[in-house]
Amino acid sequence: MATLNSIKNMYGICSHAIRQTTGLRAAKLIQQRAFRVNGALRQQPFDSSEEKPQFPGASAEFIDHLEFIQPNVISGIPVYRVMDRAGKIINPSEDPQLSKEQVLNFYQKMTLLNTMDRILYESQRQGRISFYMTNYGEEGTHIGSAAALDPRDLVFGQYREAGVLMYRGFPLDLFMAQCYANVDDLGKGRQMPVHYGSKDLNFVTISSPLATQIPQAAGAAYAAKRENTNRAVICYFGEGAASEGDAHAGFNFSATLECPLIFFCRNNGYAISTPTNEQYRGDGIAARGPGYGMMSIRVDGNDVFAVYNATKEARRRAVAENQPFLIEAMTYRIGHHSTSDDSSAYRSVDEVNYWDKQDHPISRLRHYMTARSWWSEEDERSWRKQSRKMVMEAFEKAEKRHKPHPDLMFSDVYEEMTPNLVKQKEAMWRHVQQYKEHYPLDAYAK
Amino acid sequence: MFSTSLLRVGSKLIGLLLTRKGHFNTLGLRNDFGFPPGPTTKMNLFQSVTSALDNTLASDPTAVIFGEDVAFGGVFRCTVGLRDKYGKDRVFNTPLCEQGIVGFGIGAAVAGATAIAEIQFADYIYPAFDQIVNEAAKYRYRSGNLFDCGNLTIRAPWGCVGHGSLYHSQSPEAFFAHCPGIKVVIPRGPVQCKGLLLSCIADQNPCIFFEPKILYRAAVEQVPTEAYTIPLSQAEVIQEGSDVTLVAWGTQIHVLREVANMAQEKLGVSCELIDLQTILPWDTETVCKSVAKTGRLLISHEAPITGGFAAEISSTVQEQCFLNLEAPIARVCGYDTPFPHIFEPFYIPDKWKCFDAIKKLISY
Repeated sequence: MATLNSIKNMYGICSHAIRQTTGLRAAKLIQQRAFRVNGALRQQPFDSSEEKPQFPGASAEFIDHLEFIQPNVISGIPVYRVMDRAGKIINPSEDPQLSKEQVLNFYQKMTLLNTMDRILYESQRQGRISFYMTNYGEEGTHIGSAAALDPRDLVFGQYREAGVLMYRGFPLDLFMAQCYANVDDLGKGRQMPVHYGSKDLNFVTISSPLATQIPQAAGAAYAAKRENTNRAVICYFGEGAASEGDAHAGFNFSATLECPLIFFCRNNGYAISTPTNEQYRGDGIAARGPGYGMMSIRVDGNDVFAVYNATKEARRRAVAENQPFLIEAMTYRIGHHSTSDDSSAYRSVDEVNYWDKQDHPISRLRHYMTARSWWSEEDERSWRKQSRKMVMEAFEKAEKRHKPHPDLMFSDVYEEMTPNLVKQKEAMWRHVQQYKEHYPLDAYAK
Repeated sequence: MFSTSLLRVGSKLIGLLLTRKGHFNTLGLRNDFGFPPGPTTKMNLFQSVTSALDNTLASDPTAVIFGEDVAFGGVFRCTVGLRDKYGKDRVFNTPLCEQGIVGFGIGAAVAGATAIAEIQFADYIYPAFDQIVNEAAKYRYRSGNLFDCGNLTIRAPWGCVGHGSLYHSQSPEAFFAHCPGIKVVIPRGPVQCKGLLLSCIADQNPCIFFEPKILYRAAVEQVPTEAYTIPLSQAEVIQEGSDVTLVAWGTQIHVLREVANMAQEKLGVSCELIDLQTILPWDTETVCKSVAKTGRLLISHEAPITGGFAAEISSTVQEQCFLNLEAPIARVCGYDTPFPHIFEPFYIPDKWKCFDAIKKLISY
């Protein structure tokens, strides 16, 4: 628990600065907390003899002249990074100094994801699966954060976090099974592609409505706190989803209820076609954290080590101190929003190419590896061939499998099958038997 | 988690007492079931809620209760004493945000806790509609049963209260009846309230439990102090009859009870009164069996008539009992207006409107 301390909050320090210069200084964010008694937040004791304001709602000094706080979006919260764009370590003390084996694993997971994305995107174009979403450019956010967690930590995602699942060991067969909605799909064929889930890997099944997972993650973290088994929860979402009311709810609940939770925002510049300057006017998502009393940081999402370091420390402290942490990972969505989108309608090819060629998480890590002679051209060629082969094999296998039995349309609505649904299922089969030539029964399990 | 289910040993009840003049008289209501032998205490409806929550917190270490103002005991005193008894980590206030309350509850349930969320008035449940309909109801189905929030129960005060007006009187059950994957339950008195609430908490599906606020203090019965459950999705035939089937839930049961007496005394008409109890999934068999016998059906609820739950019952009954019907099915409900303030006596489906509808049913 935090103890009584006298660290002045950022606004306290800067209220003087504001009088001299406009704008908040984007210095290191320090927060003040009202003192805690047995973990419950108490306001300062009421004392009417004091000159300080006694309002229960805020702990602050008086000010005798009118001055509005100017939000600073020009020099916003700084972006933490470990490697430069060429993969060179900037401050050696920040290098997590992971082993060659770990770093190679990072690289292989990121590239395997990339390969799977290419093949599945193509397969949608060819009409083999109905829909797909790629992760191009954001692989660093997935792998860096996943590697910093404990495998027991519960993951709530949005839809562009397949790399987290891949890092945890979700097999290619099961990715494919979900996209093909075939008989091996753990989700029993009920959802659109990329709505993955895995109980064994503690990855809560994805749902399409945005930001709904955010307050849920707070509730799960609260339950984990009560269980007292050193378990954290991480919640991923994009900068667009952060505009939803559920995001505000989740941030506020997690802070007031003291939940061991990491909020991980992938700020990739676009929500479908909506650029960030139409999504928010403040300093991104990280700047909202202090408004909730939450520890916050902004990181270079294309720097897998920065993502790793920030997530690791956030996880350690979230569990130790029972408070939420907000990580805003700046990155860029290189691909289209989904197979239903053509992003050339709203952004330039030049812009996309810059990120693809000059600031890509995979290339930056590769430069780090090649600088240490951990990865050669031959390694690259052979891994590309091998990873492609793995993906193609899983793909071809998934294509051939049957779809799940249509009875599965009626189960799991409730834990138990209700009489109503039993009747509807029987009615459906009677109808299908009578009109069987109009229904694609051969594709489905018998 | 809970002790035995019900035995048919006969009623042990004092009767529901009116503490102030209302639009119904609740004396002499018979409970057509028995409950386990053991100590009972006189409890009103809000105390029966407290008792159910107390039993739950005592027997289930994962159970937590949260919502606006629950810590000090709640605006309707349903959670009085529980925080002191079980701790501030188990009975706690949340920020003022219904979508957060339900979302948080879903997450806690997914992580294995028994989550009991309070929405301060059913009228304010709508910000949580997305979380309820798109998330809670679909959690198990969409994940292929890998994940579920069956441990979630949402409680909310419901129905008219004499002066509640637009935003303290609503009965939103029809909005949720259209949502496969959740259960919607409404008790008529303290004994049912405790048993049905405990069933909702035990049930492995997300449940919404609406508590008739006008009955919080007005309805008083002898209620067992130990835990017991009343089955969900089972309607109860409170009174048998031969001429007309009356179906309602919550407060309106007491109105129809009086109407049944009036029909007997003034018209010589014998009414069969059914408390639906669970709106979703509802007990079609009990209702259809009754209508097959009587040939006449009257359904009554405070919520507006268009798209109200009486429409679903009416549609199903005409499908299954068409040839048994002697008269069109009657629905006596609120008008298609927001719930008014000063006009409440004109708005509600009172005993005279229901009595008049029975006269029309009989003389069709």
